[in-house]
Amino acid sequence: MQVTFTHHQSAHCENGVASNLLKNNGLNISEPMVFGIGSGLFFVYLPFIKVNYAPAISYRTLPGQIFNKLASRLNLKIKRQKFSSAVNANKALDENLKNNIPTGLQVGVYNLSYFPDEYRFHFNAHNLVVYGKTETDYLISDPVMETVTTLTHDELDKVRFAKGAFAPRGQMYYPIQIPKDVDLKSAIIKGIKNTCRDMLAPMPIIGVRGIKFVSRQIRKWPVKHGTKKANHYLAQMVRMQEEIGTGGGGFRFIYAAFLQEASVILGNEELKNLSKEMTQIGDSWRDFAVEASRIYKNRSAKEDAYNAIADELLSIANREEIFFKKLKKAIS
Amino acid sequence: MEKEKVPQDKGNLTKNNLKELLYATDENGEYTTTLSTGWEPKTIALSNSIDEINERIAEAKMKVEIGEASPICYYMEVNKMDLTILASYVGMWKWRVKRHFKPAVFAKLSDSILKKYADTFEISVEKLKNFKTD
Repeated sequence: MQVTFTHHQSAHCENGVASNLLKNNGLNISEPMVFGIGSGLFFVYLPFIKVNYAPAISYRTLPGQIFNKLASRLNLKIKRQKFSSAVNANKALDENLKNNIPTGLQVGVYNLSYFPDEYRFHFNAHNLVVYGKTETDYLISDPVMETVTTLTHDELDKVRFAKGAFAPRGQMYYPIQIPKDVDLKSAIIKGIKNTCRDMLAPMPIIGVRGIKFVSRQIRKWPVKHGTKKANHYLAQMVRMQEEIGTGGGGFRFIYAAFLQEASVILGNEELKNLSKEMTQIGDSWRDFAVEASRIYKNRSAKEDAYNAIADELLSIANREEIFFKKLKKAIS
Repeated sequence: MEKEKVPQDKGNLTKNNLKELLYATDENGEYTTTLSTGWEPKTIALSNSIDEINERIAEAKMKVEIGEASPICYYMEVNKMDLTILASYVGMWKWRVKRHFKPAVFAKLSDSILKKYADTFEISVEKLKNFKTD
């Protein structure tokens, strides 16, 4: 049993699944467009929540939000289902495949056998598409992989019912209604406004102010936690920023690609300039990662080094503050 | 980031022959996509995390051997879990799981409780009871 589905590799899983499912339904929309309209760009620092024994930092919004916002801004209808038992979850999935519907799933990464061991952590907000089933396997299109792959029935059960934070509970989703004409222009503007609001939010742990907060904390890390822990925290931060799924530079390059596409659709030259500026800011995030990696590579922690990267981060935050103010102006 | 500057370092993806997709600008400054095999700063970040896990495993193993912790504690680390994740898998309160880290409490656990842990760690109850590492 196999349904027609074309796999496209993407940088980030949720955008990729959304873009692939919509393309499959005749709505040609790129990954950066999904990310931009869905207001995926974000920054949040949650020192009281620990991920892999380090404070949680995220460069994106909560799982599921990108696709949900995209859907409401383009008037698409997405059906989402969660299940309490694996049997029902499988039944519903098989039913969809029978009806020729490729289906998006939220899954845990730990039991994805096609990932390298090093990448198999208990992270539950990964997304993929199932587009077929054989006697032994499910046919999988995982957007971060170059080509399609498979999981055994047993493996798929495990990843759908992974436990812990953001437990997927078998969640599956697929578009059930797509309007003939979508109004990209107003959707883009809504998406940008939302992102500017998030990044300039008057909350200490969110957006630009969140980045500044982390910058202040970094200065204290080596004294407060000792070298080893401080280095670990820093390495975790770089992983959240650069690992597979971010497209590099904490999603800044995907966002810059979105602004470029948006400038053509809206006929707004200023957005093109802002796209270039976002690229440069992304490059600075990459420089920050290089400097941070020097610290944890040498396993030393001179306070100077921590102060130096904290300065770098602060300067990025200041540039982003100016950037998002300009962006807000450019579309109003 | 310009396309020709996209790093192609050897990384953790290389051995599975995987490449990740990145957004970068071409010679006209237009965005395009390109593949990368890896980038050193994040390879180090990841190996740093893996070293960390291995240290935790070694420490847990030692604690079990000297009778300071139960094997549950060791297998939790081997499976890259923490207390929250393990409690969620076995469907018990965190404080209860934490109590099972004590060797004296562990010794009195019923087989049905042990089975919950064993299933989560994908090992047999026998293996969980008779702690041996190789």
